[in-house]
Amino acid sequence: MKIHKYDTVIVGAGGAGMRAAIEATKRSRTAVLTKLYPTRSHTGAAQGGMAAALANVEEDNWEWHTFDTVKGGDYLVDQDAAEILAKEAIDAVLDLEKMGLPFNRTPNGTIDQRRFGGHSRNHGEAPVRRSCYAADRTGHMILQTLYQNCVKEGVEFFNEFYVLDQLITEVDGVKMSAGVVAYELATGEIHVFQAKSVIYASGGTGKFFKVTSNAHTLTGDGQAACYRRGLPLEDMEFFQFHPTGIWRMGILLTEGARGEGGILRNKDGERFMEKYAPVMKDLASRDVVSRSIYTEIREGRGCGPEGDHVYLDLTHLPPEQLDAKLPDITEFARTYLGIEPYTDPIPIQPTAHYAMGGIPTNVEGEVLLDNTTVVPGLYAAGEVACVSVHGANRLGTNSLLDINVFGKRSGIAAAEYAVKSDYVDLPEDPASLVVDQVERLRNSTGSERVAEIRRELQETMDANVMVFRTEQTIKTAVEKIAELRERYRNVSIQDKGKRFNTDLLEAIELGNLLDLAEVMAVSALARKESRGGHYREDYPNRDDVNFMRHTMAYREVGDDGSETVRLDYKPVVQTRYQPMERKY
Amino acid sequence: MATPVMDKAEAEAAASPYITVTFRIRRFNPELSEHAVWEDFPIEIDPKERVLDGLHKIKWDLDGTLTFRRSCAHGICGSDAMRINGKNRLACKTLIKDINPEKPITVEAIKGLTVLKDLVVDMEPFFQAYRDVMPFLVTKGNEPTRERLQSAEARERFDDTTKCILCAACTTSCPVFWNDGQYFGPAAIVNAHRFIFDSRDEAGEQRLEILNDKDGVWRCRTTFNCTDACPRGIEVTKAIQEVKRALITRRF
Repeated sequence: MKIHKYDTVIVGAGGAGMRAAIEATKRSRTAVLTKLYPTRSHTGAAQGGMAAALANVEEDNWEWHTFDTVKGGDYLVDQDAAEILAKEAIDAVLDLEKMGLPFNRTPNGTIDQRRFGGHSRNHGEAPVRRSCYAADRTGHMILQTLYQNCVKEGVEFFNEFYVLDQLITEVDGVKMSAGVVAYELATGEIHVFQAKSVIYASGGTGKFFKVTSNAHTLTGDGQAACYRRGLPLEDMEFFQFHPTGIWRMGILLTEGARGEGGILRNKDGERFMEKYAPVMKDLASRDVVSRSIYTEIREGRGCGPEGDHVYLDLTHLPPEQLDAKLPDITEFARTYLGIEPYTDPIPIQPTAHYAMGGIPTNVEGEVLLDNTTVVPGLYAAGEVACVSVHGANRLGTNSLLDINVFGKRSGIAAAEYAVKSDYVDLPEDPASLVVDQVERLRNSTGSERVAEIRRELQETMDANVMVFRTEQTIKTAVEKIAELRERYRNVSIQDKGKRFNTDLLEAIELGNLLDLAEVMAVSALARKESRGGHYREDYPNRDDVNFMRHTMAYREVGDDGSETVRLDYKPVVQTRYQPMERKY
Repeated sequence: MATPVMDKAEAEAAASPYITVTFRIRRFNPELSEHAVWEDFPIEIDPKERVLDGLHKIKWDLDGTLTFRRSCAHGICGSDAMRINGKNRLACKTLIKDINPEKPITVEAIKGLTVLKDLVVDMEPFFQAYRDVMPFLVTKGNEPTRERLQSAEARERFDDTTKCILCAACTTSCPVFWNDGQYFGPAAIVNAHRFIFDSRDEAGEQRLEILNDKDGVWRCRTTFNCTDACPRGIEVTKAIQEVKRALITRRF
């Protein structure tokens, strides 16, 4: 076991982690621990753009953006955070441009902007061009630009280090962050990083679904590490299903395709979104479009022999426009489906895309221990966190924005905290939990297989807690997850070695997914209303009287060692906007 | 009632998309042996699936010790560059049907970087070469309040080289790099190109001097392996030639 000491440790090197690292490295001795090489992070798969009311191409302002974000999140958004997001968006985009990001340009040479779902002029009057973009590779450009600037700033990376535990020490009755424990993939060695502040920026949890736009590596490691140490997870029942994933594969096809004029059609060729969202049509918010697609499919208007998908039609757009604005997604259609998007519509279905919930933080990125108390020295930003700027449904282009605004904020806050604070003592035998976990898996002779349990988990999640949910389906999922968690105790792996043991890491990742799936299902069961991405067929309306509140889920361990999820609730911060009926 | 059920099962068998494909994989684990060996894995797979899907079937259902890097599974993250039937490709962007599944599909680690286990290589020398070319925007003077202006044409000038995902498929397909790991390699030059031809950048001269080194662009023998290997369709050899030309003319 090796012990390292840093002022600031950042867990994850996607957009939020690297944006934080650029700030933290300037202010404090910083280490970034990442389970992938930084440029492999899934920020790179984001396509369509980053919202900011630059008003480069038409009238716009940050107040309209705030409103759209609050409405898009079905009023579960904390409005103070949404206001910061929209206000600081402008500098966040300009920062990236100055760092070198090659945005598409207007004829005047300023940053070009395009339409995106849910973003509107003057509180819902009509779509507005607010998304700053670089073709359909905006995430790729953000990831590359941030990595380039990390190289410039000399950010210290520990690549292929898996953080498996969060260390918390109680000082005078206050729970404080003491550091993290990491597993080095190349050697199997365990490292303890003592740090004055820790920032989680480790991304989402999408791999508990089968059809997902998420990378294989998005297994909720940061959420799980904090949850297991008694910290709450907020609003985990809210998961976004992006309307346009490649049929059966789930690969993302950007909403920018509809921003450029693409149209969704059912088997009769009908532009069905006109029925569901007369004003915004194909550019209604994602939860609305995904439900509309499944309604079409359920009512027998789906395409293909099994009627299980609809079409994204780009055939009316000029090939030059597709080449210039949507080169990657048109290539995906050619590569994976053998379809030419110039002439043929693309079969799509909703795909599990984004966790609105996560580790609760305040607007400085400080992690919450309960509804009000912060954990000194602990921060989170990006998809792993819940600020909450996305509420019950995130607007497209607000995630690339979130990672930049709150990545920067948490990087500054964590480093400033670190330089004025002392180290907190490590707990006794700090690596014990990780050592036990790794040794148990390596030595297990159980009969259960990681791949089989993961497959069953993904199938039950897709079948029971996706776009449409009921008491019955969620209960089915809760029971199945409990069964899988039990079977997971008996899981074994084939690779017993130390070197690059990805067999072992996949087993650990599955454990994280099972914990988080349980939290999600239990949170969803208790929310007896429909709001944003959480749609209950048995409670089809939003219920502001009983459920205008954030879910806070805690892990409880009984005297007999049994684990349960305890739910509590936290008020929503409302400033200017009173809840209204949500229409697009 | 038995007959229709049989008919249905038979019909399904006839329509089954699955074929048997042999994956012939170059295995190496220094914890077990200092020698690398080829190992065959026959699997059932839909030919419309990816080579990565085949590797997962092997790892998840047959042999958990098989080791490779992967993440996004659709050609964006650059983790899974490997040598498939003798050519550098991304396993997640290569469909089984496109690489003659009648014969065994050979899969081995990319060449020129030290193999650490199975298909995993030491990426550090590759990233070091990248860091050495100053892969970041350098500007002088005070920053403007708003964005720097750039015409659409000036933006287009370096568009091709912004697509790089640092997968190393190009660099590890280059015979010069195989023979001498000191050569910067195509990927580093592509990333230098991305800034040299960016109208906002002011460090082109410095980058050109770095690439004028004995291990720089002049080592390129224009074999076009890199261009063929690039999963992003970047005209890598052309970019290298443009850097050479800029070195001679000092115009960029």
